[in-house]
Amino acid sequence: MPPLPQRLSDTGLFVPGTTTVRAEHIAFSPQYPLWSDGTGKRRWISLPPGTSIDASRPDAWEFPVGTRLWKEFSYGNAVETRFVERLDDGSWRFATYVWNVQGTDAELAPPRGTVLAVAAAPAGRFSIPAQSDCLACHDGSPPVLGFSALQLSPDRDPLAPHADAKTATFVDLKSLAARGLIRNLPQRLLDNPPRIAAASPTARAALGYLHGNCGHCHNESGALASLDLALAQQAAAPGASAERTLKSLLGHTSRFRPHDGNPSKRLVAGSDADSVLAVRMKTANPMARMPPLGVKVTDSEAIALIERWIRTDLPTTEEK
Amino acid sequence: MKRRTTRHIVQAAMTFAVPITVAALSLAFSAQAQTTAEKIARGKYIVSTSACHDCHTPWKMGPNGPAPDMTRALSGHPQDFKVPPPPKPEGPWIAAFAATNTAWAGPWGVSFTANLTPDPETGLGKWTQRNFIETIRTGRHMGRGREVLPPMPIMVYNNFTEADLEAIFSYLQSIPAIRNRVPEPLPPGEAVAKSQ
Repeated sequence: MPPLPQRLSDTGLFVPGTTTVRAEHIAFSPQYPLWSDGTGKRRWISLPPGTSIDASRPDAWEFPVGTRLWKEFSYGNAVETRFVERLDDGSWRFATYVWNVQGTDAELAPPRGTVLAVAAAPAGRFSIPAQSDCLACHDGSPPVLGFSALQLSPDRDPLAPHADAKTATFVDLKSLAARGLIRNLPQRLLDNPPRIAAASPTARAALGYLHGNCGHCHNESGALASLDLALAQQAAAPGASAERTLKSLLGHTSRFRPHDGNPSKRLVAGSDADSVLAVRMKTANPMARMPPLGVKVTDSEAIALIERWIRTDLPTTEEK
Repeated sequence: MKRRTTRHIVQAAMTFAVPITVAALSLAFSAQAQTTAEKIARGKYIVSTSACHDCHTPWKMGPNGPAPDMTRALSGHPQDFKVPPPPKPEGPWIAAFAATNTAWAGPWGVSFTANLTPDPETGLGKWTQRNFIETIRTGRHMGRGREVLPPMPIMVYNNFTEADLEAIFSYLQSIPAIRNRVPEPLPPGEAVAKSQ
């Protein structure tokens, strides 16, 4: 494996000698973004000229060798930019870069990660993940997150927390297909763009949030499959995957036990206080909070959404 | 005639091939079983010499002082043993541990040693070998959950080879399952709050 570039500018993101992103790189914004303590984010993908993504498996796109993706985290000024690249042998590699205070470039972070002093970050500290932390989330097939049929659906969820507004700046399924950057996507997904199957708008947004923030670990095929907790949704089978999610949550006993003994169910319709899912999202205890990586500040907007879903929508869903 | 000859050849081949195949399968099975047995034995050796019992098997007072209670081998902090808030550390002392050696208090909060037996609901019964190895390699539960807390010497165990970790996991999956739901850890603030 070739050595990782020492500077972000060497990864090909910028016009040489500047911090202007190359015009040929494609900006995108998933409809269900990952919560990262409220940092601002920008994302780009680059495909080698003349190549395209094979989307014949709508939920497991095959990216061409040479694919590169970047995600920038900022508090006004850029703090960190993560980089994913597919190599000639088909493997993927991951790196992250720490911006200098002048904002002129970013240096490769140490493999074990580090903690930066960033005044605007929670408690003034910003954690750069270790390389093993990258794999904790980007361990699926493909390891690319946030650039998928469901996440790039033109039928964006208006209730999705923290989502960018739909603009022409960002590509979606339709524009990717029109530009020939994806091939073999089933026509039905262009005619009827992917949408989470849900009984209400709140349920749709709640399942979407869980998909974007939890589904990369909690799914049916990854390392945690034995937990039987399926929070990832599928563009190709929205009804079945939403049903599977509810089945793995409702009434399902949780392994997690708080010290007061309750709650013990993953999800109890009508009661967020008795639902481990909500309790672990909102707890101040960092040892119990979910997700365990990349979050120091609880996501109040998402917690309100999940609690509303549990209190008011889930009973309705069950009655139907 | 030709058909009869062909049939004889097939019969002859079957006469020899079936026993040979059975013998080969038996050998392969035997070799595999031996490999599994060797792996478990290796795992037992490592577990017994790498201090796993020190913390994951509850200690009890015996005639010769505290000793691991092997009837609860590797089952972690006993679920019925409710510990009071830890003592406030003074001077250079920063940590304390309970009489069972399964509850530890320090700057990280209070940690309770895990149930390593193959009980499916409270131990490692549903874990895969990959889950176990990634835990040791990353210092996070199943490679992606919360951090494994002190006094677990992750930085030391990180040096085990892949084969050693496979052996350890094989051994842990072979021991008797003990149903024991270990409490979740307490963070420093909560541990202090509970002591006030």
